[in-house]
Amino acid sequence: MSGIGARFRTTLGGFVLDVDIEAPGTGVTGLFGASGSGKTTVLRCIAGLHRATDGAVRANGDVWQDDTAGVFVPPHRRGVGYVSQEADLFPHLNVRDNLRYAQRRVPPGDQSIAWDDVMAWLAVGPLLARDVPRLSGGERQRVALARALLACPKLILMDEPVSALDEPARHEVLGYLEAALDQLALPVIYVSHSLTEVARLSNQLVWLVDGRVSDTGSVSHVLGRIDFARWRGEEPGVVLEGTVKAHDEEFHLTTIDTPLGNLTIHRRAEQPGSRIRVQVNARDVSLGLAPQQASSILNELPLTVLETAELSASNCLVRLGRPERDGPVLLARITNKSRAQLSLQPGREVYARVKSVAVLD
Amino acid sequence: MAIDWRAVVVTAKLASVSTLVLLIIGTPLAWWLARTKAKARPFVEAMVAVPLVLPPTVLGFYLLILLGPGGAIGAFWESVGGPRLVFSFPGLVVGSVLYSLPFVVQPLQNSFRAVPERLLDAAATLRASPLDRFATVVFPLARPGFLTAITLGFAHTVGEFGVVLMIGGNIPGRTEVLSIALYNHVEALQYAEAHTLAAGLLLFSFVVLMVVYTLNRRFETPRL
Repeated sequence: MSGIGARFRTTLGGFVLDVDIEAPGTGVTGLFGASGSGKTTVLRCIAGLHRATDGAVRANGDVWQDDTAGVFVPPHRRGVGYVSQEADLFPHLNVRDNLRYAQRRVPPGDQSIAWDDVMAWLAVGPLLARDVPRLSGGERQRVALARALLACPKLILMDEPVSALDEPARHEVLGYLEAALDQLALPVIYVSHSLTEVARLSNQLVWLVDGRVSDTGSVSHVLGRIDFARWRGEEPGVVLEGTVKAHDEEFHLTTIDTPLGNLTIHRRAEQPGSRIRVQVNARDVSLGLAPQQASSILNELPLTVLETAELSASNCLVRLGRPERDGPVLLARITNKSRAQLSLQPGREVYARVKSVAVLD
Repeated sequence: MAIDWRAVVVTAKLASVSTLVLLIIGTPLAWWLARTKAKARPFVEAMVAVPLVLPPTVLGFYLLILLGPGGAIGAFWESVGGPRLVFSFPGLVVGSVLYSLPFVVQPLQNSFRAVPERLLDAAATLRASPLDRFATVVFPLARPGFLTAITLGFAHTVGEFGVVLMIGGNIPGRTEVLSIALYNHVEALQYAEAHTLAAGLLLFSFVVLMVVYTLNRRFETPRL
């Protein structure tokens, strides 16, 4: 059976982790939740570093744990690439020997990832002779990633791989990471408490609350849930994936085609046809019952109200989409007064004016 | 003034064999003590450390009783064809190993404890088996601990007196080690010979410790 399945129950000092996670056989699955929700423990159980008492873990056909059949494959026979926040490079070896450590232990039949490719994707060639303590934080994570890939894993597990970095380094490492993952048809489980990171990289999102899976689905599906927005407590927003449609050279703009309609954004370098992810915050979406005649806002999407919910005494959140298909949605944060004046209820057709769109890159 | 070469040879042989045995027993024991969460740990730690505070003659006395032909261990040992343990070289090795055990186990245990668990986990995910992890991660990071353990184990065995006196007897060429030879010279008022041995042992101890501290400085691996 293809894909990743991880179902286990384990108790850690009073904390109960009880999850059943399904992830596709390729692509990135984001595991998102607050600190203490059990994200790291899930990864450690999948890697076999922590043994859940009652579990079943399988990865693209291999059974790694099945307690009903008494199967538990030790971590060194699983073939997982594990990248943690601390990088965990061996301090007594230089960069080259750290990488060779991984490469040398790959069984002859499993050599799926070539040394030269990893050097090219992650640009670690110039660092090879360097000692580990002489690496910057960003370089360290790149080497850790290269080491994990050179182990030719069947599954990559990443635990906050860029959380310890400052913003420029984080941006840089994420760029390398994205480029490398694009080249590989491997399943990746990516743990982070940063929603923008997860939204940028993941195809699927698992939302973990207090040791349990609260919801699983596409990024836009989970982000578009009102209870998710409420739970996060921060500025709600959604992520839409679209295709670059055309560039407008005169006004320096780019039009992208999303399932909710066209959006016009600042001129992008990407070629027409490229996939692009954008984030739209709920506070940047306003609603009207008719198209605006004269307005400075470029993006106006005809949508249908799917759900409304109060956020506070003065504000509410409106979920908008295309009712005929169960696709991505948009969230708008408006006042309760506006909701009453426009009599917004499910089924009502409105025009959503999007003031600002941020590209995730 | 003759140097008692037979005593030098017996001492060197005893210290070498004991150190080897100590490493074979001490390494897994220290690893277990460094990693276990078992309730029995303080008990085992105390057992290992007892020779640090116990007068060596006490240890020697019990060993003499236990290892002798009428003792619980000695009787069994000889019934399965083992050589006599008291007043013999094998008996000296048993006594030295017990007496020097804390000097080997404690530095090893401390250096094992300092190896971060996360590095072992990383090695495991990189397909290194438990023994492979020990050889390629634990051993290089714990090298100063091994050096200290070997040196202290060896030097402490060389410096031993009470245990050896009790269970080794005083047989020249077989169980007479340097510390005993020194004692014999003093008893016989041969002060010149006693001076030679005493100064030799002092110099040896100092040089050994100098070498350890110098090497330990060089081995200091950069830590993250």
